[in-house]
Amino acid sequence: MTKLTPCQRPVRTLLEQLQVGDLSSTRLTEECLHEIKSQNGSLNAFLTLQEESAIRQAEAIDQRRARGESLGLLAGLPIAIKDNICQLDTKTTCSSRMLENFVSPYDAHVIEKLQQADAIIIGKTNLDEFAMGSSTENSYFGMSRNPWNTEFVPGGSSGGSASAVAANMAPLALGSDTGGSIRQPAAFCGLVGLKPTYGRVSRYGLVAFASSLDQIGPFSCDVYGSAILMDAISGHDQRDSTSLPYPALELTKDLDQPISGLKIGVIEELMEKSVDGDIVAGVRHAIDVYRQQGAEIIPIKLPHAEYAVATYYIIAPCEASSNLSRYDGIHYGYRAKEFSSLTEMYSRSRGEGFGTEVKRRIMLGTYALSSGYYDAYYNKALKVRRLIRQDYDEAFKNVDVVLGPVTPSAAFKKGEHSKDPLTMYLSDLFTISANLTGLPAISVPCGLNDKGLPLGFQLTGKALEESTLLRIARMFEAQGDWKTNRF
Amino acid sequence: MSELTTAQVQHVARLARLEIGEEELAALRDSMGNILTYIERLSEVDTDGVEPMVHAIELSNVFREDHVKPSLSREAALSNAPSTDGRYFLGPAILDGDQ
Repeated sequence: MTKLTPCQRPVRTLLEQLQVGDLSSTRLTEECLHEIKSQNGSLNAFLTLQEESAIRQAEAIDQRRARGESLGLLAGLPIAIKDNICQLDTKTTCSSRMLENFVSPYDAHVIEKLQQADAIIIGKTNLDEFAMGSSTENSYFGMSRNPWNTEFVPGGSSGGSASAVAANMAPLALGSDTGGSIRQPAAFCGLVGLKPTYGRVSRYGLVAFASSLDQIGPFSCDVYGSAILMDAISGHDQRDSTSLPYPALELTKDLDQPISGLKIGVIEELMEKSVDGDIVAGVRHAIDVYRQQGAEIIPIKLPHAEYAVATYYIIAPCEASSNLSRYDGIHYGYRAKEFSSLTEMYSRSRGEGFGTEVKRRIMLGTYALSSGYYDAYYNKALKVRRLIRQDYDEAFKNVDVVLGPVTPSAAFKKGEHSKDPLTMYLSDLFTISANLTGLPAISVPCGLNDKGLPLGFQLTGKALEESTLLRIARMFEAQGDWKTNRF
Repeated sequence: MSELTTAQVQHVARLARLEIGEEELAALRDSMGNILTYIERLSEVDTDGVEPMVHAIELSNVFREDHVKPSLSREAALSNAPSTDGRYFLGPAILDGDQ
């Protein structure tokens, strides 16, 4: 097999090849497994593989296709799943010692949806423990690496999923995004990554980190891939009480239709202050591409955006401290070997089962929610959260979409930020507003820097307007191969 | 400035039921102090009269019919437990010796 360069297999091309018979699902699945076997030793993108069942499913799809049966949206496409999403009779570890041996007794809603769409689940991918981190360095099973350059991190927390798609190990992957955990690794690995509107995709079977912020979403090499994956997994689910009461999306339908009279909002101030030159150049290029297509560029202000990180690092740890109290060494998960009382069994199991970053967030949340601090921290943060949302509501009176960076820098080197948690948190500056506000946001690749690392830009849309958002992303993508842009 | 004392951090660890070694405790004290200092910038923001926003998309109470539906079997529910007798989860005794 010829050596592939990163992000070489867009979903749109693969689906066309599958449909006309130029490619069989079995062949595609075997190629993905081949890539995994030759590259996973260095990238550590996958924690578990489902080789036999994947091949079996692919053969069944090929037979059904040969018989002329009608097939699901994702028929025959291999997909990788972040290992915080439950799949029946399969390990779901959250990259934690706590869940090292946890075998899920049920399927997440998204897994059921993927099966209905005839996708082929190929394996579970690495993440920062319980999705807490921005580099996939906080994994109990070792860090993942960036396929563009293995000295660099793939981003996080869905770093394994991003690494897998960028390295052509799977054309599609699911991640989860609580503060940027899909969009940031997508930007670091040259992928399209979408955080849908909160409630678009059921969280049933997603291991909870911060329930009011968590959302499952797609990774792909092209906009079409994310669109069709969203069409497959979105829609109402009664088992998640925050699931929105709307039918599944149909994003592929108008995807190639540009938005006429497009108005794009840009936040200049925030960008100038805190962003590397290559990122600024990439974002400016994206703005130029839209302007050339007739878009109007409108400067906007989001006065409370600079408080997003502080707000997030109260709300997310508070919710985490509550959610992670379920790990008690009784019902499932790790239990310490030696203890002399029930309390000691709890404390020791949790102390030994959780890694440092998870402990730090549980501690921060417990502190902020403890007696005497609740109003000063948690309640204050919830109020600022509303102000951040109001800024966006105001901006969206005049623009269709907000364009800006995804990250302050391109992928950083392994170990570079891992010593100082606050520096790592600050790198989430541009992504966490979408989680606090619930708005959909997408990371779109736009070029490479002088180190050959991918650069991305972010589009944030109005609530429920994923369709507009993806069409705008597609307008940029359709203007040429982003890999030829150098900044 | 949020200087946390070791005693405060130990107290929080007890509340969170986390056993934390001495070295890790000192590191947590320092990093938590830094993070809390950063977070204090929220006090600059005027939030008088602002309603707290708990959820991103504010749905009111979501109700459903109270019908019995299939759920996990006892066997499946117990399958990941560190210790069971086949019917119940087993934990350490709490009536003797534990406060």
